[in-house]
Amino acid sequence: MKDRVWPALAVLSFALALVGNVSISSVRSLNETPYRVLVGIVILYMTGRCVLSFFSERIGAAVRFRARFLAALGAALFIWDILSTKTGIFPLPFFPGPVQIVEIAFVDRRELFRSTLYSLRLFTYGFVLGTILGVGTGILIGWYRQWRYWLFPVLRVCGIIPAVAWIPFGMAVFPSSFMTGVFMIAICSWFPVALTTANGIASIHRSYFEAARTLGANDRFILRHVAIPGTVPSIFTGISAATGLSFCTLIVSEMVGAEAGLGWYINWAKGWSVYSKVYAAIIVMALLFSAVLALLGLVRSVLLVWQSGLTNEEGSASI
Amino acid sequence: MSEETVAAAASNDASPTPPSFSVEVKSVSRVFRDSYGNGVTALDNVSLSVRKGEFVSLIGPSGCGKTTLLRLIAGLDSPQEGEVLVEGNPVTGTSHERGYVFQQANLFPWETVEENIAFGLKARGVYDQYRDDVAEYIEMAGLKGFERTYPHQISGGMAQRASLARALINRPKALLLDEPLGALDSFTRMDLQEKLLELWQKFSATVILVTHDIDEAVYLSDRIVIMTPRPGKISELLDADYPRPRNRSSARFVELRNRVLEKFHLAGAESQAEYAI
Repeated sequence: MKDRVWPALAVLSFALALVGNVSISSVRSLNETPYRVLVGIVILYMTGRCVLSFFSERIGAAVRFRARFLAALGAALFIWDILSTKTGIFPLPFFPGPVQIVEIAFVDRRELFRSTLYSLRLFTYGFVLGTILGVGTGILIGWYRQWRYWLFPVLRVCGIIPAVAWIPFGMAVFPSSFMTGVFMIAICSWFPVALTTANGIASIHRSYFEAARTLGANDRFILRHVAIPGTVPSIFTGISAATGLSFCTLIVSEMVGAEAGLGWYINWAKGWSVYSKVYAAIIVMALLFSAVLALLGLVRSVLLVWQSGLTNEEGSASI
Repeated sequence: MSEETVAAAASNDASPTPPSFSVEVKSVSRVFRDSYGNGVTALDNVSLSVRKGEFVSLIGPSGCGKTTLLRLIAGLDSPQEGEVLVEGNPVTGTSHERGYVFQQANLFPWETVEENIAFGLKARGVYDQYRDDVAEYIEMAGLKGFERTYPHQISGGMAQRASLARALINRPKALLLDEPLGALDSFTRMDLQEKLLELWQKFSATVILVTHDIDEAVYLSDRIVIMTPRPGKISELLDADYPRPRNRSSARFVELRNRVLEKFHLAGAESQAEYAI
């Protein structure tokens, strides 16, 4: 019985947000339909999950786990709506209500969608390129003495420079702002991945290399079957550090000199003082980056299936 | 080039190849230096001769150089003085013909049990030829049904059996065992000792076993080499060639065990002895 209280309260708090929005009139006239539809969809989705939890223990556990948080979220939405759209206590245009943000996101959906795709494309190109270069550099540094001698100082010095410092250089060298962005995201993800890959190889226990040698493996085979698989966990440590840096670099690079993308969109909306657009873009960004992290987490769990149950997964902050 | 080397080279070409290796350790010394330059003599002028197909145990307290000696024979390390000959050829590096089993099973955690056991065949590029062996060795190690599990999902005893199978699939002519049973509980340990004897008789390889368990050495070996530390050297060689199967409570076993203990005391090793496991 107690298990059902919080999931029910979570649904009720969103229902409160919806009823509050419908029953209290707004200070100014607005198109509130998109917001109401959105909250309605959320309520339906949550109710559906509650119903499913009677049949699936896995869903039930997930529903119970998130219930208290969602209850608070619904309440927060209600309070935010009251303080902004319904009473005007929050000053406009800097602090719009949820209604305005959802409305503007709906009205401007084409531009927002286009910007999201641009950002995603720029991020993918830069991040994939940077990760591949990073893994390659890391393997060279971690495995070959000669490469370590020449490359490691370069990595150390160039890697710690914030990627955005390269903006003038990039704009001078590359023909388009898109390529400059790719270049910047690539170098900011290259550094952490290269560093952790190299360190990962260095920290593989010596006994694995010895075992491989006594089993008849030559250096090339050891590289492919011991050094590289052994450093994959470290590669992902580097990748998770690289994602944060890359998101930051992505948005900054789009804010200077780009013609599209979420960073550009925010800058453009700010120019017109349409802060609801700024917030809408921030929310889209949060969703986009969470999706990227979830995808990377999925790739990681597939590649590191041999670690499952070996590490303290409860403690890791995967989203 | 000595006559022996020539003979060994010839016998490598001619069939049938010898089923096992002889091992000759000649006046070997090995000094380790720490970062301050202080030397620790792990082995001091050690000589030992192991016949083809013999089961020899190296026994002694920590720091007596028994693992160092085994690593020299494996080619994982090289001596500063003296040389190690296997079938008359100086050891210059590792070889799949000298199988090595580590104290911790040391399976590759990113490979399944099956992939671990097949590692040697793949490394040598003969996997296609001996593909069927993999299932056979999995069966032999009692790991059927665990082919697709990862090392951390199996018990210590199972991991050590997998490790043994991984070394044996290369058909080594000498099997070097570095306290392979040291980390196991006594039941698993006795079980694996039986397995080891069975495999030794089946493969007829030369076996050199490092252990600090006197009972284990007495139960398994043809010959027991007692080593003492600081500096590491051989203090005693004992023959233990009484017939198998052996009985751990027989008068012969107890007598031999007492003789080993006595030698230990004479060697002044009692304070560090680790045979009370």
